[in-house]
Amino acid sequence: MSTGFKSTRKGVAIKLDPGEASILRSLVSEVLGLVEPGATGDDPLERALGIGAANEEQHDDPVIARLFPAAYTDDDEAAAEFRRYTEATLRDAKRADAQTLLETAGPGQVELSTDQAQAWLRSLNDVRLALGIRLEVTEEIHDEIESMSEEDPRYPAFVTYDWLTYLQDTLVRALW
Amino acid sequence: MVDVGTTAPIEVERPSTDVRPDLPWVTIVWNDPVNLMSYVTYVFQTVFGYTRQKAEKLMLDVHHKGKAVVASGTREEMERDVEILHGYGLWATVNKS
Repeated sequence: MSTGFKSTRKGVAIKLDPGEASILRSLVSEVLGLVEPGATGDDPLERALGIGAANEEQHDDPVIARLFPAAYTDDDEAAAEFRRYTEATLRDAKRADAQTLLETAGPGQVELSTDQAQAWLRSLNDVRLALGIRLEVTEEIHDEIESMSEEDPRYPAFVTYDWLTYLQDTLVRALW
Repeated sequence: MVDVGTTAPIEVERPSTDVRPDLPWVTIVWNDPVNLMSYVTYVFQTVFGYTRQKAEKLMLDVHHKGKAVVASGTREEMERDVEILHGYGLWATVNKS
């Protein structure tokens, strides 16, 4: 397993083995597939301002609901209005981060500028949020993995999640 | 939040609310089981320009109390903060103070 991110003169670096690069790319691609491009209305002005109709139906998916949380807890109308003004832009930003990761993640030494590292940081977080929701992880994830049998069908996914956690934590520390 | 075990424990000295009474809206960040303690601290520093110490204190409030007020201001300012925090994957909401 890789040793995580290290700080370099120009930014950060990590060495990924082919298996790690492949898992990472495939998970990020899945999130990219889930986060559709920001859909703005036909109105050219609205499009220019990134205002659009939020796809309420997609918010039934708990992963989407977590990636695009409601900004108001007790005011549905204000929450919908907030989505209308921000969600298209947020979707595009998440997609751009994922695309940066896909363009730079490969087997071997990966060197990232600070900007690219920021995109990786957010994208790794999106993947962990998505996976965390699907696996229903709790704050006791470490103990859970420790006590989990390797025969458990969930084991590989939990180990992958744990590895992503490690990657993200070393990336934060390399950037600090 | 989760801690991967490389951070030294930090003393929590006082409840952290830096809310100015004349500012009627607040940004609240809620605890969740995925976001890393290191990452949340880093985001508070990056987004709000808080010192590491202040950012860590707020992060620990979120972790221990389930939520924390991380900024206060006008409704427009808080909506902008929440939009940025959603960009980082934090679970943030706009509330009346």
